[in-house]
Amino acid sequence: MNQNLIPAAEAVSKLIQEFSKLPGIGPKSAQRLTYYLLRAPDEQAKLLAGALLSIKQKITLCSICFNVTESEPCLICRSDQRDRNKICIVEQPQDILALEHTRIYNGLYHVLHGAISPTEGVGVDDVRIKELMNRLQDGSIDELILATNPTLEGEQTAMYLNKLIFPLGIRVTRLARGLPFGTELEYADDVTLTHAIEGRQEF
Amino acid sequence: MSKPRNYQTEAIIIKKTKLGEADRILTLYTPHLGKIQAVAKGVRRPRSKLAGHLELLTHSQVSLARGRNLDTVTGSQTINSFLPLKSELELTAYALYTIELVDQFTADQIENYPLFQLLLETMHRLCQAGDNELVLRYFELHLLNEVGYRPQLQQCVSCRSTLEPVTNSFCSSTGGILCPNCQQTQPLTYPLSVNALKVLRLLQSSDYTTAGKLKINPELSRELAEVMKDYVKYLLERELKSAAWLDTLRK
Repeated sequence: MNQNLIPAAEAVSKLIQEFSKLPGIGPKSAQRLTYYLLRAPDEQAKLLAGALLSIKQKITLCSICFNVTESEPCLICRSDQRDRNKICIVEQPQDILALEHTRIYNGLYHVLHGAISPTEGVGVDDVRIKELMNRLQDGSIDELILATNPTLEGEQTAMYLNKLIFPLGIRVTRLARGLPFGTELEYADDVTLTHAIEGRQEF
Repeated sequence: MSKPRNYQTEAIIIKKTKLGEADRILTLYTPHLGKIQAVAKGVRRPRSKLAGHLELLTHSQVSLARGRNLDTVTGSQTINSFLPLKSELELTAYALYTIELVDQFTADQIENYPLFQLLLETMHRLCQAGDNELVLRYFELHLLNEVGYRPQLQQCVSCRSTLEPVTNSFCSSTGGILCPNCQQTQPLTYPLSVNALKVLRLLQSSDYTTAGKLKINPELSRELAEVMKDYVKYLLERELKSAAWLDTLRK
């Protein structure tokens, strides 16, 4: 077919190829990004290259909470400003960012790196539950907040953790499930509405 | 280009996979269209109007628009959210097992109304208090009936002789019972007690109103679970992922 087609310069096609390996980026987006960078100031390309290298070289998982971190242990785990008796359990590091943004929670975290999903074959050993149980050994924790996603997988994980932790006598709480701010009642599903009615609070 | 045609159907959501940033591909089991796949756009965003109506194990009325490749979900309204199945660890595991079985044993777009009905009834039965293992065994046997793998439980699959009330063998590769004389002719056989055979026959041939009254001791229940698990594994040539999770919970 296009045997006489002149290919893009090698460096350009290589970058396009690398970009298109990223999630959500197709060949056309990859092309657009590449040609944008080609025209952009040198400074910008250097900053990008530096940032790419440093996430691979400097970032590790915190050995206590398994959040992504540059220092070991991470800033939250080593801080003396935080309430060390509470652990909030989340599925992924991004969830910590969302929770921290609210500035309302001042305890520690634990990142599971996934949720139990029987239909996809993600079992108990594929998420960091064992590491969590080890953290609970010393008895300093008095509350665990289950902040897994309100999806079927998140719920399974929360119920399983509750089953494991309840016998230890630690208080286990679950994030409230109800109506998100700025939505309309009319479109809410049965499960959300049921939880919203059951979990209603004094005004 | 002709306008996409819209259609509506009842459906049970039996599988979901992530697609892109906020979308999902759903596998829906429907009464008259069989198993279909559809894209649900934006359902992973917190304010999605559709998300709650399209979670696994939900029975919903779904509106779809035909697409070139996959159809797209345009609207959805829950018929039954099966809340009890989602609020108890073991029940969720049982229910996930039933939908994985349906997904594995069916091909796309082949209508099987009795199977849809069976799945829906099974989900209702799991919500009620009762012997959930028995509900699963009933479901497995009747699912096998519907998809063409009904095991032969009345006579020996090899010599056709009537089975004696002694310990016979279940043979997955021939799909039925072997009498003690023929047992040596086939590899992979499992001994099956007289009581287990009786239960299997009753489950296979009667409706749930009768079969549901059975009282089964834990030992027999385990034997039945093992036999069915091996047969299903042989037919699918793989282990079911949700079965492994059930095993973890049973421990």
